[in-house]
Amino acid sequence: MSATSADNPADATRAAIKHHGGVPQRPGDRIFGGAAKGAGIGILVVLAGVAIFLLIEAWPAITAAAEEIPGREGLIDYIAPLAFGTVLAAVLAAIIAVPFAVAIALFVSHYAPRRIAAGLGYVIDLLAAVPSVVYGLWGVSVLAPASRDVNTWLADNLGFLPFFEGPASATGRTMLVAGLVLAVMILPIITAIAREVFSQTPRAHEEAALALGATRWEMVRMAVLPFGRSAVISGSMLGLGRALGETMAVTIILSVSGVVTFNLISSTNPSTIAANIALDFPESSGIAINALIASGLVLFAITLVVNMAARAVISRREAKEGR
Amino acid sequence: MSTSTMAWGDHRVLPTWAPAAATGAGVAVGLLAFLAGGVSLILAAIVAAAVTTAALIPWSLAVEGSRRARDRMVTLTVTGAFALAVAPLISLLYTVVSKGLDRFDATLFSESMRNVVGNGGGVQHAIVGTLVITGLATLASVPIGVMTAIYLHEYGRGGKLGRAISFFVDVMTGIPSIVAGLFAYALFALIFGPGVRLGVMGAVALSLLMIPIVVRSTEEMLRVVPHHLREASYGLGVPKWLTIVKVVLPTAFAGIVTGCMLAIARVVGETAPLLITTGAVTSVNANPFGGRMENLAVFAYNQYANPGVPRDPYIARAWAAALTLLLIVMVLNLVARLVSARFGVKQR
Repeated sequence: MSATSADNPADATRAAIKHHGGVPQRPGDRIFGGAAKGAGIGILVVLAGVAIFLLIEAWPAITAAAEEIPGREGLIDYIAPLAFGTVLAAVLAAIIAVPFAVAIALFVSHYAPRRIAAGLGYVIDLLAAVPSVVYGLWGVSVLAPASRDVNTWLADNLGFLPFFEGPASATGRTMLVAGLVLAVMILPIITAIAREVFSQTPRAHEEAALALGATRWEMVRMAVLPFGRSAVISGSMLGLGRALGETMAVTIILSVSGVVTFNLISSTNPSTIAANIALDFPESSGIAINALIASGLVLFAITLVVNMAARAVISRREAKEGR
Repeated sequence: MSTSTMAWGDHRVLPTWAPAAATGAGVAVGLLAFLAGGVSLILAAIVAAAVTTAALIPWSLAVEGSRRARDRMVTLTVTGAFALAVAPLISLLYTVVSKGLDRFDATLFSESMRNVVGNGGGVQHAIVGTLVITGLATLASVPIGVMTAIYLHEYGRGGKLGRAISFFVDVMTGIPSIVAGLFAYALFALIFGPGVRLGVMGAVALSLLMIPIVVRSTEEMLRVVPHHLREASYGLGVPKWLTIVKVVLPTAFAGIVTGCMLAIARVVGETAPLLITTGAVTSVNANPFGGRMENLAVFAYNQYANPGVPRDPYIARAWAAALTLLLIVMVLNLVARLVSARFGVKQR
């Protein structure tokens, strides 16, 4: 992803030109370069605008008296259960998706026959192309009914764990199913990043391991996985960020009731910030809208932190490799 | 890499057909259980996986020893993980096609939902809305995205501003789509007052999601344009901006088109931001400044979430709209790949 490379011939040329006092600037150069620069600055302005306009529209809710906020308990008590549900669903999705993504990335980069590997990678990429509303419809009409027996079994046999306390939902519209669908949705993101880096493992490392008599798995464990570890971490965080903000799949699948619980299989589930906005926004007016926008601001802040942390891991890795 | 089948001195290894035979046995038993035993497809798949493992691993353990057996176990695991990940895709495609075909007829595309209660009706208004909103978003995002990529790659490299823009473009990729919708709402609510719903608001929200994708893919394509092309042009005395317009962009054109099409495919199915900015309406509206505007994704959601009585025609329309949406996205993806495969700069 990095834009600089020290041995770039164009950079060398540019440096040489600068040394000789620079090229004469033509009007066309100034206009075109200015337009390009303007577009870039425009992006910064828009991003600042997102934060500013959300803050302006959220402000009435931030300053409002507690009983004016929906729920009558104040803004913090309104947003906190939603934030809990958001994090729970996203973390659940990431826990399910990451091991699969690593295994699939290894399969495509090191196990599948060379000739069909690219095609198989494309099949996984197709998962990312499916619109989230379609995932939601699929989840609620296929996965949710199919999960009912599993839910009952979990409640009967693993009911001592807080996650499977039960009573099992009769519809299957549970946090577990929402987490599973989110996991499928973020799988291609994590897989793509892990696959890319796994396939960049230095050939010399792999061949050294094999030459010492390592089996393929031992080679992967000693050469590929250590090389790709930071990519797996950053990819997982990007996936987590995506799951945090995912709206429609959760909106359609989850039957929400605003509780705070780790119980994954019951019919009363915490809502998420995004799903709550999608459900309530079209019907709301007045201060309720401002409260929803305030919750959106919180979501924006959470995803921003997660994404920036992921980018920091990536850029540290690139700096270490001297790219 | 076929190292696992090499014989090392007097070490014995399984014949090369062993994994295939074990998998064959597993699939055969699974099929038998499914067809004759009447168990569900999921259970049959679990049986097939278990039989394959039970056939291959002890055999390998006995003949080759524990290291080779563990290696085979991992191979089975990663292959199984891939198969398991493809299962939802197949199930989803099957569900959408089989349920969507019900109402996937001529009236679906020739009629809107104006004055429709119960049976009949179509998605004409939703398709018009999708085209207008996505089209406007593309018109706004592609120039801004491509120009920003040009700045990042051709002008601002290594500079402070370039690094800042690059960082914030990455940040922008992570903006949740619903937050983009809230931004568009907040912006227009300040101008037009609260409760405003316009097609153009949806376009603003979608372009916020599209721009970072266009920037990243265009930058990637500018990077693969060979430097000797630029230098040949500079060497002939061509100014930098003309070099970019006449040499760099045409070379990268196919790749940029691919990137833009993938960006369109990514936003055309967006529901959440449009749900809160463009609203829903039952008749055709092609004016982005003329009030509420329907689109395919929101249509599918609303038909499913707020059905009338009887429920069935609404659910059937929801699936038909989902199928239409899926077809649009798949075609865009496919054409994008074909463009880059056919006309792209040859990489590596």
